[in-house]
Amino acid sequence: MDVSIRKVRKEFDRFPALDDISLDIRSGELIALLGPSGSGKTTLLRLIAGLESPTAGSIFFGDEDASRKTVQERNVGFVFQHYALFRHMTVAQNIGFGLKVRPRGTRPPASEIRRRASELLDLVQLSGLEDRYPHQLSGGQRQRVALARALAIEPRVLLLDEPFGALDAQVRRELRRWLREIHDATGHTTVFVTHDQEEALELADRVVVMSQGRIEQVGTADEVYDRPNSPFVFGFIGDSSSLPVRVEGGHLWLQDRTIGLSAPHVPDGPATLHFRPHDVELVDGCGGCLAGTVVAARRAAGKRRVELEIGGRHHRLEVEVPAEHVTAASSRIAFRPVRWAVFSDRSFSRQVETPAVAHARLKQEIERM
Amino acid sequence: MALEAFLPAALGHSMQSAPDATTERAGVRLLLIGAALAFLGFFLFLPLVTVFVEAFRKGISAYWMSLAEPETAAAIHLTLTVAAIAVPLNLVFGVAAAWAIAKFEFKGKAFLITLIDLPFSVSPVIAGLVYVLLFGAGSALGPWLKSHGIEILFAVPGIVLATIFVTFPFVARELIPLMQEQGTGDEEAAISLGASGWQTFWYVTLPNIRWGLLYGVLLCNARAMGEFGAVSVVSGRIRGLTNTMPLQVEILYNEYNAVAAFAVASLLAMLALVTLVLKSLLEYRFGDSIAARKH
Repeated sequence: MDVSIRKVRKEFDRFPALDDISLDIRSGELIALLGPSGSGKTTLLRLIAGLESPTAGSIFFGDEDASRKTVQERNVGFVFQHYALFRHMTVAQNIGFGLKVRPRGTRPPASEIRRRASELLDLVQLSGLEDRYPHQLSGGQRQRVALARALAIEPRVLLLDEPFGALDAQVRRELRRWLREIHDATGHTTVFVTHDQEEALELADRVVVMSQGRIEQVGTADEVYDRPNSPFVFGFIGDSSSLPVRVEGGHLWLQDRTIGLSAPHVPDGPATLHFRPHDVELVDGCGGCLAGTVVAARRAAGKRRVELEIGGRHHRLEVEVPAEHVTAASSRIAFRPVRWAVFSDRSFSRQVETPAVAHARLKQEIERM
Repeated sequence: MALEAFLPAALGHSMQSAPDATTERAGVRLLLIGAALAFLGFFLFLPLVTVFVEAFRKGISAYWMSLAEPETAAAIHLTLTVAAIAVPLNLVFGVAAAWAIAKFEFKGKAFLITLIDLPFSVSPVIAGLVYVLLFGAGSALGPWLKSHGIEILFAVPGIVLATIFVTFPFVARELIPLMQEQGTGDEEAAISLGASGWQTFWYVTLPNIRWGLLYGVLLCNARAMGEFGAVSVVSGRIRGLTNTMPLQVEILYNEYNAVAAFAVASLLAMLALVTLVLKSLLEYRFGDSIAARKH
């Protein structure tokens, strides 16, 4: 089932929780809504479910305007962060609930409901727990039951609100893999909300990065990680270092020195350079590079993380160097970012540089010569 | 249970040189416990025992005779009737009010919560007087109702109304914190699975609040049967017709018929005891779900 969100706006007490959101979700896709708390991701999910109604805009399921329908009519499966299992019902009764409350004409007989519950328990790998009560299950098991319950109504769209948020790290990782398998087996269009970027990048076909009620970027894990299109996405996804710079004539300047990076599409004026600590190469001399004084260094797995102070204003940032690189405090390190992006502080114009982009640009320049 | 946990720890510590910061010396403990027990014995236990001693002073047959006396029997009947009407109505009103307050956001919610507490903060006599002013001969409503053959004051409807007013907060007060703490997650899950509003209430909300609800109903019932002030103002005290058990107790006592007065009083005391036992059983058996009510 394709889901199309068209110019949706949602206000709570006149405060916009979602501001003019549009998003197309393809049938069978696994989509992550990723963002910090307050970014509107859960609100968007609840709007798709019909648990909230939009202030403006509409939501389409296929060709049909779902925003005019009630929750019950939309037929969505919703999985809550805190499971929301019915505590006085057994696991089998929980899973069968959606079938039991159907109108008489379409309600399957009790034996069929029971059989279906067992089948779904097999799918979520909890066979034999039909007669347990929710309080007799672990957190991970409860969330599996909650998913089985949502799947029982054969939903058109499956929605999960921070499904693993209340679980500990190991169970999270296990359930993540398991959810992917279930998704691949059942093929439901699935949208899940998370604030955990690792979860989003690992699990989703596409990631929707949200901030302050807006969609910042939509893309595959590679796209949002390698080509972030805003300072927010760069800072939010993965580690990043940033440095205030100045653009003049398409070149980046740090105070009175050029740093050997060019950004012809960024207008002159103050800008911010972003790069990932591990996307740097160390250089010897410094004719057109960045150099800083070591403030602190710590060992991080196979690498060494170095905190540097750069420029007259002592801006601090982090780079990663090989572990064998000895760094005494107050020594100087010169480096050059390999992948980076620069965003003008005045507007949204930006230049994203990756090895691929750099390569293409180099080729163009060579051809021109 | 608190006592069991407390005593062994205290005994263990008494042998050590540095006692726990939260325990007291044996003498202080004895004094405090003794004072509390003496107070409870004098003010609660003794009166309760007296009720039963006085009721049975002239033997069991005199006890039964005084209960079987027509006016007393009528009072017992009336009390049961009033409770049978007032308690179910307050059950419905209480659930509706708690549902509205706990599950929805609307303007004037804080005011509504305060309003629910009004019967607790207003003297029951005032509550009775309000109904006299509303439905009495001097009011706008009273004569009109009378001309249509409807008697409110000095009749069963007035007693029921006054009882409903006085006992309204019990069920709602019990349920509001419980429902607020439970939130709307379960209800959202139910409607997302296709359940209608009624199905959600019947299959999900009601089972979640059943013990709190029962608890509220027990307290509501105890008060409905025991209410004196408000009922005494609106009832008119017509013997055999509008006297409830508490009113009958007072009348019998004023007539120096101590055995009959205490016999009726013993029934009310029994009711209180049964309510307390049931309440304790509920707390013991379903402590977790009831505890949610206490912040």
